[in-house]
Amino acid sequence: MDWIQQIVNGISLGSIYALIALGYTMVYGIIKLINFAHGDVFMVGAFVGFYAIESWKLSFIPALLVAMGISAVLGVVIERVAYKRLRNATRIAALITAIGVSLFIEYGTIYIRGAQPEAFPSVLPDQIFKVFGASISSQSIFILLISIILMLILQFIVHRTKIGKAMRAVSYDAEAARLMGINVDRTISATFAIGSALAGAAGVAFGVYYTKIEPLMGVIPGLKAFVAAVLGGIGIIPGAMIGGLVLGIVETMVSAFGYSPWRDAAAFVILILILIFRPSGILGKNTREKV
Amino acid sequence: MKKIMGFSIFVLLSAVSYGIVQSLISAGMLNQFYSNTLIFIAINVILAASLHLVIGITGQFSIGHAGFLAVGAYISAIFTMKLHLPFVPALAAGGIVAALAGLLVGIPSLRLKGDYLAIATLGFAEIIRVVFLNIDYVGGAAGMQVSHFTSWSYAFVSLFVTLLVIMNFTNSTHGRACIAIRENEIAADAMGINTTYYKVVAFAIGSFFAGIAGGLYAHNFYIIQPSNFGFLKSFDILIFVVLGGLGSLSGAVFAAILMTIVSTFLQGYPETRMIIYSVVLVIVMLYRPQGLMGTKEITAYLGKWTGAKGEDAYGK
Repeated sequence: MDWIQQIVNGISLGSIYALIALGYTMVYGIIKLINFAHGDVFMVGAFVGFYAIESWKLSFIPALLVAMGISAVLGVVIERVAYKRLRNATRIAALITAIGVSLFIEYGTIYIRGAQPEAFPSVLPDQIFKVFGASISSQSIFILLISIILMLILQFIVHRTKIGKAMRAVSYDAEAARLMGINVDRTISATFAIGSALAGAAGVAFGVYYTKIEPLMGVIPGLKAFVAAVLGGIGIIPGAMIGGLVLGIVETMVSAFGYSPWRDAAAFVILILILIFRPSGILGKNTREKV
Repeated sequence: MKKIMGFSIFVLLSAVSYGIVQSLISAGMLNQFYSNTLIFIAINVILAASLHLVIGITGQFSIGHAGFLAVGAYISAIFTMKLHLPFVPALAAGGIVAALAGLLVGIPSLRLKGDYLAIATLGFAEIIRVVFLNIDYVGGAAGMQVSHFTSWSYAFVSLFVTLLVIMNFTNSTHGRACIAIRENEIAADAMGINTTYYKVVAFAIGSFFAGIAGGLYAHNFYIIQPSNFGFLKSFDILIFVVLGGLGSLSGAVFAAILMTIVSTFLQGYPETRMIIYSVVLVIVMLYRPQGLMGTKEITAYLGKWTGAKGEDAYGK
């Protein structure tokens, strides 16, 4: 029965989307900006992981941590250089800036190292488990485990630590949080750092899973992760996880039924349907616009 | 009175610029490269003007314009290459089908606002691209062979009509309703403006001209492929409008001309071109988020120089 196999594949892919979507949703929740450059932080994470394994001969976990660290720094730099000045600008200006930053990272990477793809080294044990007749690779289980651990850590940070409390407060009302003595700038930087670290981890996981990385790889997964965030209810952390998983499973199913060329369209069809029928997402509440 | 004068100056200027270029081409003084660049500028100006109507005038942040370009390109190419019809009906068909696609996209997605609308239009453009990618009739990923029909005359006439329609639309009651929606949608709604209707109309007209541009674009090359109409193409068009000024037609036109010339010279260095594009965009957004010309038209500046009272397209 390959149903189980498809579902496990879908969950592994979905957990990669969920990791990226978490960063989107956190940033959106806190400064109401679609951070287009997030998909490119994911790409940079994948390349850092690649060079860490290939050139510095690190094993998987240290490489993952290095990729997460560098991605976090990159996220904070992006926020400081490009977004900080735009806190009070129009939404359109912020969105265009984000697209500009995204293109800059993509083509900057191509400028530095060329556009040729790299084969990601296989660092995880590649075994096939037979479960109820389905063959499941150990890599997908590994990816799933790493995602779950990272999401648990994130939940802990957001709900149990001081910085998490500050993040929730700023996302609820930045002005009131500032009046209560919360350092809003530092909180926003922390949000970018955490979100980008998760994207970096997703990049490494993606490299392991698909074995091919290239400078423009962040565009489509970035957009799909945004779809996942909207699907679950943008700004809501558990929503991003659910949205990512749902999207991953739907995509795998579309491929499994023999429509794989239409896979990329599936995510956008879902996006448009959800925007039309339930714009606040699966977990979101409806809010009326005030004049 | 002033409007009529402005209009005659516009017609006169276009006739003169068309005449000069056409006689240069006829006399053989412009080589293939330059005339192609001119056609390319005309196509990009049409695209910029059509997106200007959606983003600049109506304030609907659509970033999937390449989707309508693709519809126009493929439909007109099917008309000329598969059905063997003449070029002009094919161009018109491309425009009309693109406008229908615009209606189809506009009616559901224009209920959305801001970022959500941007993402939905982006999603629609991607869906259109994937559809063409999977239809074997138009060649799939390998693309479709197209004959070279676009000449300077076709490009110029289309450009002229586009600018004329968009200028007149902007100055009409409908255009003012659209501007009201841009300024404050809820207030416009409260004043009795049927916001959905005007947004859809602006969207359909914008898509129509994008479709015309698509027809010209397809017949200016020898092959069209779905990969020509991706996110980056939408983004190229967006840059014209944003850089020129959100709400300024002449700004969008100048930005389109300027950026086309710059990118023609940087053709051999695509990475450098994109890096320059993105840096320029970020810097403009950080220091002048309303774009180079804001909502002002070139006539406002001309009026200052001649001592007359300045007047932009909206009579401000």
